[in-house]
Order: sequence, then structure tokens, then C-alpha cells
Amino acid sequence: MSGKRPIGELLFRGACLSAVVIPLAVLGYLIADVVADAFLRLDWSFIESYPSRKAEKAGILPALVGSAYLIVVTAALAVPLGVASAIYLEEYGGKSWWSRVVEVNIANLAGVPSIIYGLLGLGVFVRLFGMDRSILAGACTLGVLILPIVIMASREALRNVPNNVREASYGLGATKLQTIRGVVLPLALPGMLTGSILAVSRAIGETAPLVVVGAATYISFLPEGLTDDFSALPIQIFDWVSRPQEAFLLNAAAGIVVLMSVLLVVNGFALWLRARLQKRLRR
Amino acid sequence: MPQSSVDKPTMGSKPIVGTSKGYGERIVEKLLAGCGSLSVLITIGIVATLVVETYHFFSEVGFGEFFGDTQWTPLFANKHFGIWPLICGTLITAFIAMCVAVPLGLLAAIYLSEFASERVRSVLKPALELLAGVPTIVYGYFALIVVTPALQQLWPELQGFNALSPGLVMGIMIIPMVSSLSEDALYAVPRSLREAAWGMGAGRASTIRRVVLPAAFSGIVASVLLALARAIGETMIVAIAAGQQANFSIDPTESVQTMTAFIVQVSMGDTPSGTTEYRTIFAVASTLFVFTFIVNGISQHIVHKQRRMQGH
Repeated sequence: MSGKRPIGELLFRGACLSAVVIPLAVLGYLIADVVADAFLRLDWSFIESYPSRKAEKAGILPALVGSAYLIVVTAALAVPLGVASAIYLEEYGGKSWWSRVVEVNIANLAGVPSIIYGLLGLGVFVRLFGMDRSILAGACTLGVLILPIVIMASREALRNVPNNVREASYGLGATKLQTIRGVVLPLALPGMLTGSILAVSRAIGETAPLVVVGAATYISFLPEGLTDDFSALPIQIFDWVSRPQEAFLLNAAAGIVVLMSVLLVVNGFALWLRARLQKRLRR
Repeated sequence: MPQSSVDKPTMGSKPIVGTSKGYGERIVEKLLAGCGSLSVLITIGIVATLVVETYHFFSEVGFGEFFGDTQWTPLFANKHFGIWPLICGTLITAFIAMCVAVPLGLLAAIYLSEFASERVRSVLKPALELLAGVPTIVYGYFALIVVTPALQQLWPELQGFNALSPGLVMGIMIIPMVSSLSEDALYAVPRSLREAAWGMGAGRASTIRRVVLPAAFSGIVASVLLALARAIGETMIVAIAAGQQANFSIDPTESVQTMTAFIVQVSMGDTPSGTTEYRTIFAVASTLFVFTFIVNGISQHIVHKQRRMQGH
């Protein structure tokens, strides 16, 4: 019996390790495969061209610009509101029944499928508020989608601020608001910013809600204002993937590489910002 | 601002004694409370949108037909509105995904919590989280372009659009949902329990199986349910790789349509508001919402009960 055990143990340990390694290998293979396909198509003209019926001439410019608009407007909507909600829940909410309700509600919202947010956007922003299929409607929908994520990340950051700095501030005669503004927020800022940027990067890759809201796949102009029609990177990729011709699949691969590069830059920026702010605070 | 930020509060023009609130303070607090309540407004918005349009839908299509008919052809000339084929498609793809995600996610969680050194864990854990950070449209491409052709080599009768390939890929995507929360649950099992088992001569593997896993069981179940809700609501992978045929079958080699993929299909066409076709997507979305709400609710209930038992 004692001779058998080590082999069984080793096998079990090996199975556990492979459960980590296999999915990562699959992800690595996926990315390598997409990049290999994308290199057959990706060049500067792909970035600066408009969609076309001819796959070799089609480009991603309007989608790229549309995504940029979406990112900025979504962040401008969701981050301030999310941070304010988090401050209320962590610093003011306490144990009142209303803050319990809000808390359970946010946990529930985080579990709602993203396509349902698309229907909210379609019913409320597009139709009820009359925004039509505009950038604003798309950004509002994505903003609502990431709001729970921003709130949860910001609360986490506020919770990590030790209570004794608050008490020290009160001890010096500061009011609650002064304490939050002068002491708590600066300390929580790195965590809040990183969490918010990660939430926004989630919005960049979202496809389903934008499909429902009515992002266009064939746009031959650049959006000039928030009320214009728009396309977005994932929408353009979806359009190309859905076509039967091989050539458009290469476009999809090239589009995926552009999308993943944008995500890489945004997430890298978040990590860099956190490291920098944390260093500053320690000084 | 390199100087310590702690001296800032005293910069207020006049010292305010104690915690009595000024007028401005109260206004800010009200504003913050308003923002805090916004999330409740969002929930009300979602439920109201779904209920209103679904109500209109059921005034045109009977309740009995929606839940009684086994054919789903709202876009054809001969219209049938039986939701079951869509539910079937949703459950079969979600089931395949869970067959991948639960064993792999659980084993990965055990590795990270029980075997990996602190350094290995600090590298592999975020690496595994990356799986959930890749946009679903990318996974959809992968399922259609790579996985389906590869499976067809092994299994020639597999259709170009099928339930198997997107199910498998979706399973890979939700591994971190299972592993992350399960690992937290395993990690929270007190070390003294493990030491007691080792002291009685139990090996590593049997300690995990007989002591650690049972102690973390409810946390693991909660994580599996969360992943299931995610799989049920997943859209782009199935919209791209599972096809658009609403079949009332559980054959994974056939093309199926999920509830989410139907909503995408209708949205890609032009849906004039006010038509039955437009309302169909809200009725389907309501069904989807109820499914995910129940699964998420059970998961949260388990977590809550666990916390109360641990006295937090």
C-alpha cells in the first residue's frame, strides 16, 4: 500500500497541473493561429481603409474610430457614477436596509448576461429616449453594463484603506467629506483607476449588446458626433466571420489582432498606472 | 504631490468641530446616495423593458403556444412560437461547456491552492484569469475556424455548424470562473484540518478528497453555478459557431440555436419596432433572464448561508 501511494499522488498532482497548463496552451495556440492568419492580411492600408465588398480592399478604420468614441464616452459615463456609488456604499451606507438592497442588486446585475443589457439599451436608450442607433446609445448601454464592475472594483479599493487613517483624520477635526476627499480617495485611487480601466477594457470587447442596440457593419464615413451611426471593432469582426468567403476570414483574423492589441495597450496602461501611483503614495 | 496627503483635511477654511455636518456635506451625501441608488434603477429598467414588451408579445401569441409548441419558426411564413428548441440548444451547449469547465476548473483550483508554491501561484493564477479576459468574439472565431474543422477530421459526420465545438470552446473560456472561486473556497479551509489528516497517515490526495473538498463543497457549488449562468447567457461563440437552426434535439453534432443566438439573428436583420418579430426577442430574453436569475440566485444563496455559518 505504501509503495502504491506515491505513484497515485504523482498522477493526481500531474492531473491537477495539466488542468492549469492545457487551457493556457489552448489559449496560446488560439492566439498564435490568429496572428499567423492575420499576417497574411494586416498592413497599414487595412488600418486606414473603409469596409468594402472586396475583402482585399476592406479596412477597419470606421470600426477603430467607433470603438475609440465608445471607450471614451463609456468611461466618462460609468467611472464617475461607479466611483460615487462605491463611496456612498463604503463610506456612508453602513448597515442600513437600503444599502443591503443596493448590495444584493449589484451582485445580481453582475450576473445578468450582456445581451440582456443590449435589450435594455434597445428598449430604453434607442427607442424610449430617442437616441436611435447612435454612439451615445451604444456608450450608454456599455456604461450600464460595466457600472457594477466599476462599483465592485472601487469598493474593493476603498475597503483596502485602513480605518485608522480615517480615525486619525477625524481626530484632527476633519469632517467626513474632508476625510474622504483628502485622505481616503488619494489612497484608494490606484485601485480604483486600475479597476475602472479593466472594466472599460471589458466594454471594448463586448459584441452582443452592440449588435442588439444596432451598431452598423457597413459604414463608409467616420462618426463626427455622438449622435452619428457607428461601428465597432468586435462588430466589424463579427460581420467578417459571418461571411462564407475565405478572404473575409483573413480580415476577421486581422481585425482580431487589432482588437487584442488595443486591449493589450489599455490593460498595460492600467498596470503601469497602478504601479506608478502606488510608488508615489509610498514616498 | 509627494507630501503626505494626511495634512490635507486641515486645509478647510474654517475648522468644523466634531462630526456635525455642514450644508455642503449633506448635499454631497445626497448626491452620492443618488448615484448609489442608480444601480437599482438599472435593474428596474431591465425588468420593466422585458416585462412590458413580453406582455405585448403574449397578447399576440398565446402562453400555451410559447411553452407548449415544440417548433420555433417565428421568421418563417408558417410561424410557430414554441420556445423549447431554443431552450434545448441553450442547455446542450451549456452542458458541454460545463463538462469541460468543471473538471478542469476544479483540478486547476486544487493545483493552485494545494500544490503550487506561492511564487508559481502568483504567476499561474493571473495567467488563468486571462482566459476570461479574451473577448468572446475571438473565441467564436476560434470555434468556427479551428475547432470545428479539427473535430470534423475525427468525426466526419459533424456538421459545419454544431453544438459541440462552441460548447467546448465556451468551456475553456469559463474555466477561470470555476477555478477562481473554487480556489478561494479551498484556500479558506483551515490548515489545521489538513494537518490533522496528515497526522493520521492520510496522503496528500486522500486528504484533499476526504477533507479539503468536502469542507469547501458549498463554495465550489456556488462557483459552478455562476459559471453555468455565464454559459447560459453566452452569446457570440454560439451565434458564430452553433448555427441558426432551432432544432428540438440534443444531438451535439447538429446545428442548434440558443436563446442568445436567436436574439442576435433578429437584431442583425432590420427589426421594425412594434412588430411581433421585434417582441419575440424580448420574450426570449425574459426566458433567458429568468434562467440566469434563478441559477445566480441559488449560487448567491449558498455563499450567503456559508458566510453566516462561518459567523462572518
